[in-house]
Amino acid sequence: MTGCTDPTILNLWFAIGAEQETTPCIVSDTVLLEEDLSFTLDRVGQPLVWRRDARWPAGSVIDTSDVSVTLPVKQAYGYIWTCLGQPSADIFPIEEYDEPDRRNLNAASIGVNVSGPRAIENFLDMGHFPYVHTDILGVQPHTEVKEYDVEISESRDEIVATRCRFFQPMASTASTGGADVEYVYRVPHPYCSVLYKSSGQNPQRMDVIALFLQPVNQERVRAHMLLSMLDEANDERVMRRFQQTIFGQDKPILENQYPKKLPLDPRAETPIRADKSAVAYRRWLSSKGVTYGVIPAAN
Amino acid sequence: MIKLYDYELSGNCYKLRLLMNMLGVDYEAVPVDFYPGREHKSDWFLKINPLGQLPVLVDDGVVLRDAQAILVYLAAKYDPSGNWYPVDDPAKLGDISQWLAFADGITSTASAARLHEGLFYDFDIDACRAGAHRLFRILDEHLWFAEKQDRDWICPGAHPTIADIACFPYVILSEEGGISRQDYPAIRRWCDRVKRIQGFIVMSGVFPAGPAGGRLNALSAA
Repeated sequence: MTGCTDPTILNLWFAIGAEQETTPCIVSDTVLLEEDLSFTLDRVGQPLVWRRDARWPAGSVIDTSDVSVTLPVKQAYGYIWTCLGQPSADIFPIEEYDEPDRRNLNAASIGVNVSGPRAIENFLDMGHFPYVHTDILGVQPHTEVKEYDVEISESRDEIVATRCRFFQPMASTASTGGADVEYVYRVPHPYCSVLYKSSGQNPQRMDVIALFLQPVNQERVRAHMLLSMLDEANDERVMRRFQQTIFGQDKPILENQYPKKLPLDPRAETPIRADKSAVAYRRWLSSKGVTYGVIPAAN
Repeated sequence: MIKLYDYELSGNCYKLRLLMNMLGVDYEAVPVDFYPGREHKSDWFLKINPLGQLPVLVDDGVVLRDAQAILVYLAAKYDPSGNWYPVDDPAKLGDISQWLAFADGITSTASAARLHEGLFYDFDIDACRAGAHRLFRILDEHLWFAEKQDRDWICPGAHPTIADIACFPYVILSEEGGISRQDYPAIRRWCDRVKRIQGFIVMSGVFPAGPAGGRLNALSAA
């Protein structure tokens, strides 16, 4: 496989690791868009990312001032982000993250053998809840995906799906029973999605679950999951277990998708009404000219 | 009440959840943040298991580590029928024990491959996969000959034993480590039979048996 030559993708910010899982001044290795990278935090917790260098192998102690050539870097939502091209100024906003009563945590970073766009599309899909997340996010016979709205926000250049409702037996760790749960989905980045769902603790507000995909190559990602929850009752390990249980159920479904790259030709796979957000996502990727992790439509 | 120090995505923990559910034994799961928290290497957990491994089971003051050892304990204590682990049948106990050790081999190959792919463990992935295929070939042949003798399970007898429970999880999760079961038809039929045992439950990555199939299909396919 050759490296990424897709300028749209090369210029994006990507999360590559959780700050909490990164030991300051110890080198961690990772791969982004087929490029071997290393990263760490310095003594005061500032991240730095560089192209892998034999002088500083993974696990070694490093004096961060020795690394003179580094890649662009940002800290956002508990993760270290970098960019291999010319980055835009900002990473997309998740305003709720800064609300003082939220529990923000890195649920896990999990390797999945699938393209990023396939994983985003599964994240947007409600139709699989009763079958894949049985008795948690869905249960038969409540299988209907009710009509919902999808739009591409011109001002923010992102896809927004609203008025999504689904009956869920156990929507989160704070749930006390089955409920009709409202969802809002955002796709503010070709490889990231943010979902909002009615909070089990306070139905007037919404929990936030974000998926930041780090493409290792066109058919493999590291899936970083952020939780920003309203949940005073449960400790972090319980919230993490819930999210990992859900993601672990999705994993074999994702890995068995064929082809692993997402086809953008509207005739390649037949959508149904429930796939409205997926259709919008595929069109949006096409309009951006994305070629990495997808099978572009023939003109 | 029995306490199980548990991690949802662990196949070794799943072995115990599975057997306890089949035996109808109640337990309390104590979640351990194995990943990313590495809580199994924390000071408090190392006091419970100095090896820093899950699962650990605590019952009546007995503290046990090692999934296979715990299966032996649970079956010997909580299965009055003696089917899962027949304590008065030395030949069968020997047979079961050899497959419990075999299950450990599946852990160090197929489970290691899965940890490499999913949780970025630094293992030699090619060696893990080759090792798993070698064991799967042996298990597949064993099960194929068993089927010829009208046997459903790893050890002879009409009822499954803890050998089946010990071997099942990391076989059924093998594709997460990039190890296909395409070439092991007898293993695939056996997995389907395990899924039809009364009290079977799933974990993340494992799906329930389909509505049709089972022994009848297994026979016609064999």
